[in-house]
Amino acid sequence: MMSSLEKLVDYFVNYSFVRYAFVVGLLIALCSSLLGVTLVLKRFSFIGDGLSHVAFGAMAVAAVTGLTNRMAIVLPVTLLAAILLLRTGQNTKIKGDAAVAMISVGALAIGYMLMNVFPASSNISGDVCSTLFGSTSILTLRPLDVTLCVIMAVVVLAIFLLFYHKIFAVTFDESFAQASGIQANLYNFIIAVVTAMIIVLAMNLVGSLLISALIIFPALSAMRVFKSFKSVIICSAVISVVCAAAGIILSILFSTPVGSTIVTADIVVFFGFWAVSAITGGKRA
Amino acid sequence: MIQITCKDAVLGYEDGIVAEGLNFIVEEGDYLCILGENGSGKSTLVKALLGLKSQKSGEITRHTKGIGYLPQQTIVQRDFPASVREIVRSGCLSGSGLRPFYTKEEKQRADETMQQLGIDHLAKRCYRDLSGGQQQRVLLARALCATKHLLLLDEPVTGLDPKAQLDLYEMIARLNKEGVTIIMVSHDVNAAVRYASHILHIGSRKQLFFGTVDEYRNSRVGQSFLAAGGLDDEQS
Ligand SMILES: Nc1ncnc2c1ncn2[C@@H]1O[C@H](COP(=O)(O)OP(=O)(O)OP(=O)(O)O)[C@@H](O)[C@H]1O
Ligand SMILES: [Mg+2]
Repeated sequence: MMSSLEKLVDYFVNYSFVRYAFVVGLLIALCSSLLGVTLVLKRFSFIGDGLSHVAFGAMAVAAVTGLTNRMAIVLPVTLLAAILLLRTGQNTKIKGDAAVAMISVGALAIGYMLMNVFPASSNISGDVCSTLFGSTSILTLRPLDVTLCVIMAVVVLAIFLLFYHKIFAVTFDESFAQASGIQANLYNFIIAVVTAMIIVLAMNLVGSLLISALIIFPALSAMRVFKSFKSVIICSAVISVVCAAAGIILSILFSTPVGSTIVTADIVVFFGFWAVSAITGGKRA
Repeated sequence: MIQITCKDAVLGYEDGIVAEGLNFIVEEGDYLCILGENGSGKSTLVKALLGLKSQKSGEITRHTKGIGYLPQQTIVQRDFPASVREIVRSGCLSGSGLRPFYTKEEKQRADETMQQLGIDHLAKRCYRDLSGGQQQRVLLARALCATKHLLLLDEPVTGLDPKAQLDLYEMIARLNKEGVTIIMVSHDVNAAVRYASHILHIGSRKQLFFGTVDEYRNSRVGQSFLAAGGLDDEQS
């Protein structure tokens, strides 16, 4: 045990990429859990999934065109998709979930095809795998990535804190919010933009297949036990950050994939909370 | 001062027209009661007045921003975590602009409204664990926090016990005396003619009556509906 702790401290002190991974990982976990509560409650759990696949498709396009700055394509495309999806969610003609599924698998298929038809490197399956599962990219962050990530996280946090009450109102009852003079559409738009930013950020950490887990699990765990919006948000943020920290540490110690280790930690916590709510809930009822 | 004008409005959904020929105005301090059978389009009209739904043709103008709204049904998900206090306070957001927190006055207004409606002891409870009538009061408290000008209530007494119904009517009347304009959808004709100043009666597809309560009492629609309403009361 001591030796693994020493190993960890050693890594942390000596390797900047470990520190970077920590900073970025925790920030992403924090942001995604904050927004996750809103998305889950708005019945948009799957938007994370859909958007991440769009981001994957965009990533493929960026890779094929050989752009060095992939964010320049990925971020705008994902933003656009987010706005489109949240808008169709309100449209009665196309059901929100169907639209998400459509865009999601469409982007996935096209992205994979592009990567195969115009291979950017010889190791296609390796490329695909790392985009989907984020395998090691979090451990290869450059200072620029970290700065970008910190800026985006700060923006997301600021937006969330600034509009917290309005986001609650719009999530709880959109018609009432609109009637009382809150511009519900504006806040839906903000939620879409922030979601897209988080997805793009989180792609580095857990890859595009596992992002939904980062968004959904902490929120669902917190909702098992807590009963007010504020406590659910705080609890889900704490769960998410703790799980991310634990996941990164474990993955370094046992050299497991970072993304899936974090998600596994989230799943374990979810079952823990589920058990707690089953016990206490049983007593109350 | 006129707060709402509705001119030749036609309301409907994709599959057809619900009500047409709606003509009325609501002035500051009015207490308008909207009557009509199930499905005559009262809730649809309320949504149009709020701007949540656009009319097919005609004109609806609102001269007030920030309307307190009590929906007939709130589709809140079963598992939504929200305390009563959080919900009532969210009514205070209307005038807050970009300010990210509630002021002391807003918090106090929320607390007072909860006291008024007798739900202050529920403040920390989770909304989804309350009874139907308690939920109704919470949403009413939220609506009361939202405005000092115009309250739009879609069947506010549904699900309340008789005493609570009476309390609610008295309270709305008191608010109205203090200058809050009230628009209320109701099935209770007797309460409507007792408390309201104006009546809007919608029949199938068209407006049957708009005018003051006294005019309504003397109109044919009013007399027949009042008679039927009275009968209902005796039966129940
Ligand atoms: N979302 C919708 N899409 C299509 N038709 C609708 C929709 N909502 C309501 N309607 C129809 O519009 C008509 C009026 O409905 P509305 O809810 O306005 O009635 P109401 O007067 O409020 O009735 P109640 O007294 O039962 O509350 C009904 O025939 C209903 O079937
Ligand atoms: Mg109705």
